[in-house]
Amino acid sequence: MIEIENVSKWYGDFRVLAECSTSVAKGDVVVVCGPSGSGKSTLLKCVNGLEPFQEGTITVDGVSVGDKGTNLPKLRSRIGMVFQNFELFPHMTALQNICLSQMKVLGRGPDEAEERSMKLLERVGITEHAHKHPAQLSGGQQQRVAIARALAMDPIAMMFDEPTSALDPEMISEVLDVMVDLAKEGMTMIVVTHEMGFARKVAHRVVFMDEGRIVEEAQTEAFFTTARHERTQMFLSKILEH
Amino acid sequence: MAMKYNWDWSIILCRSPEEEPTAAVEPGTLAPDATSAVGGGAGQFFDTGASCAQPYFDWIVSGVSWTIIVACAAWVITFSLGSIIGIARTVDQPVVRAVATAYVEFFRNIPLLLQMFLWFFVVPELLPEDAGRWVKRELPLPEYWTAIVCLGMYHASRTAEQVRAGIESIPRGQTQAGLAMGLTQFQVYRHVLLPVSYRIIIPPLTSDFMGIFKNSSVALTIGVMELTAQSRQIAEYTFNIFEIFTVATLIYMVVTLIVVTVMRFVEAKVRIPGTIAMGAD
Ligand SMILES: Nc1ncnc2c1ncn2[C@@H]1O[C@H](COP(=O)(O)OP(=O)(O)OP(=O)(O)O)[C@@H](O)[C@H]1O
Ligand SMILES: [Mg+2]
Repeated sequence: MIEIENVSKWYGDFRVLAECSTSVAKGDVVVVCGPSGSGKSTLLKCVNGLEPFQEGTITVDGVSVGDKGTNLPKLRSRIGMVFQNFELFPHMTALQNICLSQMKVLGRGPDEAEERSMKLLERVGITEHAHKHPAQLSGGQQQRVAIARALAMDPIAMMFDEPTSALDPEMISEVLDVMVDLAKEGMTMIVVTHEMGFARKVAHRVVFMDEGRIVEEAQTEAFFTTARHERTQMFLSKILEH
Repeated sequence: MAMKYNWDWSIILCRSPEEEPTAAVEPGTLAPDATSAVGGGAGQFFDTGASCAQPYFDWIVSGVSWTIIVACAAWVITFSLGSIIGIARTVDQPVVRAVATAYVEFFRNIPLLLQMFLWFFVVPELLPEDAGRWVKRELPLPEYWTAIVCLGMYHASRTAEQVRAGIESIPRGQTQAGLAMGLTQFQVYRHVLLPVSYRIIIPPLTSDFMGIFKNSSVALTIGVMELTAQSRQIAEYTFNIFEIFTVATLIYMVVTLIVVTVMRFVEAKVRIPGTIAMGAD
């Protein structure tokens, strides 16, 4: 469903992505990991056209992201994205956050949008906070609202960029639980995370990036047991220590 | 404080016609002591009301009205133009940004007084013949229109900077989140960036409005009879310079205070729940 072929990207002289290739089929759950600055976030942002790239092609459900003629807002509306810092809109309640794009992008009426939003809030377990503003919610609650907001667009795939790394430890599991449920329901997911427990539990494949390259890509079990590259092994030993 | 000056508030408050000519001709002889003048004068004003002939109180009322009209009308230009320019400075298109930056630099760096003269004396000459003639001959109250446009456009350059700063203070992630859910750039501004940044910049926008209000006095140089101009005129007629400029000062302060209070209220009203207001300055 998402094909990434030989994608390279530069910031000035600095190469952030170097000939990245991978593909994600419908229903796949792919975990992307790697050291800080290795280009994980950049790769995700290239997939939905938030960042332009200079070489290679990315296609989402048959639509080429890099093409000039591509309707990017439409393409983006079909891929849900969840950010490290939640990025809820502070002046709107949780409910309004979830309704906004349904109404403005999908053209749903207020009643339909609200009904759908309440169902999603129920699904992520925070109906009682529907009318609170983001600043009145804990990090874990905000991130669950953000997930509900992304799901409200009925996306064909979801991308998560370190969804739990800004959270206090006791809130991580409440967010991961929601993600595990999603994965089990068959959602196509690309998840940048260092939560290896989550990867083991639901990921079909793990991609390891370093210095803009996809260094290693393997089935989950194989990745943890028989990682081939020295870099991957070093990274894994560091991360699995705690 | 050993002041030789005889304070005489009656020139403003006392509206009985028979006192007026002497006051204008020979102020020194007429000064009753200040305390009784304030009380008595106020009483007389309310007693005699519209029947009076003394013009000074009316002059002040007219001055205050023009100050407020000019300032408010200029603010409408400032706010709309300043918002457009400020937003233009944050968009992706380099040409749009450059034009907006040029505007800000141009209007911010020329003294307001000079701009007032340019608008009044030079711009009508530069207009196409018909338009120029219309401005010079037929436009009613040309100095007032000029003052409004000049103040509005001068202060728009400042408001534009506030708007730009407000938008730029919002983390990039907010824009990305908006775009990622399929909103267009326009929708992101409309529903995310602007509602948040206007809330943030209420205090500096309030200062901007006060700047317009105070700078409206510069319009007296092209003949706008606003509060400062009227005060000066009364001072020239009566020589009661202390009283009249004290009154003018107080009026400016009171209006400023009202504006600050109203804006505090507005700020509290639109405050995002769970966050702390910054307070108008
Ligand atoms: N706008 C930018 N301009 C220049 N360099 C950038 C920009 N954004 C990111 N970079 C650089 O690109 C590299 C990759 O950044 P990216 O955010 O994709 O890394 P990451 O793998 O997500 O890291 P982290 O785990 O810290 O989030 C980094 O070295 C970063 O400094
Ligand atoms: Mg990142």
